[in-house]
Amino acid sequence: MKRKQLKFVVGSVVIILTLAYLAYSGFKEGNAYYQTVSELYATRDQAYTRRLKVAGDVVPGSIQHDGKIINFVISQQNDKTKNVETLQVKYVGSDAPPDTFVDRAQAVVEGQLGHDGIFVANKMQAKCASKYEKESAAGIRKSD
Amino acid sequence: MAQIGQFALALALVVTAYSIIASLLGIRLKHDNLIASGRNAALGACLCITTAMGCLGYLFAVSDFSIKYIAAHSNRDLPMYFKVSSIWGGQEGSLLFWGWLLTIYSALVIIQNWRKHSAMMPYVVAVLMFTSLFFTWMHLFIVNPFNQTVILQSAASPLPFVPRDGNGLNPLLQDAYMVIHPPMLYLGFVGFAVPFAFAMAAMITKQLGDTWIRTTRRWTMVAWMFLSIGILLGGKWAYHELGWGGFWAWDPVENASLMPWLIGTAFLHSVMVQEKKGMLKVWNMVLIILTFIMSLFGTLLTRSGMVQSVHAFAQSPVGGYFRAFIVVALSAALYLLFDRLPYLKSENQMESIVSRESSFMFNNLILLAACFAVFWGTMFPIISEAVTGSKITVGPPFFNKVNVPIAVFLMFLTGVGPLLAWRRASTDSLKRNFLWPAVIALACGVVLYFRGVQHFYAWLAMVMSIFVTGTIIHEFYRGAAARSSGTGETFIEAVVNLTLRNTRRYGGYIVHFGFVLLFIGLAGQAFTTDAEGDLGIGDKLAIREYTLRMDKLGIEDTPNYASDKATLSLFEYGKKVANLYPEKRLYKAGGEQQPTTEVSIYSTAKNDIYVVFQGGTRDGKKAIVQVFYNPLVMWVWIGGIVLVLGTLIALLPNKKAILRRRPEIESKEERKEIETKIS
Repeated sequence: MKRKQLKFVVGSVVIILTLAYLAYSGFKEGNAYYQTVSELYATRDQAYTRRLKVAGDVVPGSIQHDGKIINFVISQQNDKTKNVETLQVKYVGSDAPPDTFVDRAQAVVEGQLGHDGIFVANKMQAKCASKYEKESAAGIRKSD
Repeated sequence: MAQIGQFALALALVVTAYSIIASLLGIRLKHDNLIASGRNAALGACLCITTAMGCLGYLFAVSDFSIKYIAAHSNRDLPMYFKVSSIWGGQEGSLLFWGWLLTIYSALVIIQNWRKHSAMMPYVVAVLMFTSLFFTWMHLFIVNPFNQTVILQSAASPLPFVPRDGNGLNPLLQDAYMVIHPPMLYLGFVGFAVPFAFAMAAMITKQLGDTWIRTTRRWTMVAWMFLSIGILLGGKWAYHELGWGGFWAWDPVENASLMPWLIGTAFLHSVMVQEKKGMLKVWNMVLIILTFIMSLFGTLLTRSGMVQSVHAFAQSPVGGYFRAFIVVALSAALYLLFDRLPYLKSENQMESIVSRESSFMFNNLILLAACFAVFWGTMFPIISEAVTGSKITVGPPFFNKVNVPIAVFLMFLTGVGPLLAWRRASTDSLKRNFLWPAVIALACGVVLYFRGVQHFYAWLAMVMSIFVTGTIIHEFYRGAAARSSGTGETFIEAVVNLTLRNTRRYGGYIVHFGFVLLFIGLAGQAFTTDAEGDLGIGDKLAIREYTLRMDKLGIEDTPNYASDKATLSLFEYGKKVANLYPEKRLYKAGGEQQPTTEVSIYSTAKNDIYVVFQGGTRDGKKAIVQVFYNPLVMWVWIGGIVLVLGTLIALLPNKKAILRRRPEIESKEERKEIETKIS
């Protein structure tokens, strides 16, 4: 290989390695395990030490505001046992919950599971998938 | 009307299929009439899909809730412009919209190029119509927007009935930006189908000179411009509609639009190397294939619910079909590319690392790396689940850590690249071009540091921005000074004429300048702060040099929504500068009421004051108000506007080129190309 071409190869390799390193460190900083409520219970032993994202439906009537802190319960049906499993969540994030965070919304909370079984979240996303898409897939509910 | 729409779709499917067969068979049999018939069929397909779009628009306008799609996405009290924009408010309609734009683009391409490129065009038509066939098939059989409402039978209503009112358009989408954001984005996505089709046609016909690139240069730029506008409007919408104080969150749906943009940008730059030096031919093919595939993939991501996103998209059946289509398109394109490799030999070699070619190459490399990183991060939950069994998400730090340095490096190349000489830049020219911009940028850097800009990347970004601005001004100045001394024009005239005589180059500089402004705006976000308080009437909340005072808390009622509205006075250094009206709205349609936050923003060149009404306190007497101090946000939008203007200038034909007729030039060059191939 000619010397000139070597320069390009070295330059490119340096750039790519730098980016790979940055990607790795960024990954370490922000990664989280994405689980459903039942998966969380299935891997309980590891759950306490990991940063987790858990998805579930907000149980109607469970949302309670306590100053900036919001306590609520998310639930999900276990695919295998058909039992509805619930998780108590304590949201302590600095951002206000999104508008879509209402009863029955599909919420994704990010944080850690405490040994008391309460999930402490500092980030939250929510969407009302039910209203806009699920229903239209099943047909329009009768409006009265 | 719905029947007409259905029929138009069915007809479109037949006509599109016929167009492909007629075009390909026509070439095989050397039958000109058949080829022309294939072309006419493609134009007919455009007419059919346009009719279907018209029907859907009409059904929305008259609120025909017997159609499922309309009942699900509109309601009677919705203002007319939202009714019409509801066409792309959901799955079926957005895909129809995609398909419609594709047929429109196809028709325009045919009208524009049929005579000029008679050998390539039948293949171009075939490739475009093949894509269109996929979409038409989806419209008709998988996500048909004209399906009737399915009524769940119940004891109370044994007879079929039409819902009295629709489910309503998602309140978050009831926004002017959401009316135009999806069309812009789709105009961008779909637009890349044109250069892709030409690239494929060039490979099939083995006309692998730069004809296909020059023919599609403007198409690529138009697609790129629309995609840029679409992305920025999406950011703007998120900024003032979602109420979390920012405009970009690395959500999969945002990434979906960024990926084709990144590769498209690489392609736009990289083709210049092929035009000038006959290099990077394979590379350009790869880039345009990837751009088109990423556009499809972007549509797939947003339309299939494949990755968890804040955006509510259905778990829908389109994913599998899209994946299949992407696999087919990608394999066909790559097969063709491998088969034609011998025809894509480079005519030159890289000579020096300090040269225009090399700066283009590095620009390509890191844009591709950025796209790869975004792809990897977006798909990581799926990849990790396949490999380890657990879904792992990467989070914003991953994206920022990789992409911020890439962006800074790109900025550096933006300043340096256009001024480097082809082949090899001499030390002298480096000094002449870069000494002053570098000195000025560093001097400003020192000042900025002591004025408190001590965040490393933000500082570097700002210094780079000043450097690039310096090189751009220098270029305009040098060109205009030379011109005005030669022609006796005033300096301003010289600048204008200079730009009009070489729109591509100077338009490009203006696009780069737009980026500089955008970049300054992004860098400002490193210094965002916020404050929060429970405010009763007369209470105050301070943030930096601003103070908010609560003046009024009231309720507003409209047919579409009810709202809690706060009136606040904003003071800067104790002097009143604005009234702000943040709201919390409850939309009425569809039974379940959905709250939305309407933020109120006071925007200046220096910073935005972004006020959110989070809701009432428990006793109902006070309002929870959050305020963000976001420096320099306005420059993101101004940068976007400059970027569009620059692209528009670059799209203009050069002034002198109007005198010489273009087709002649092209045919002469084409002849040369064919001659060299024969020899």
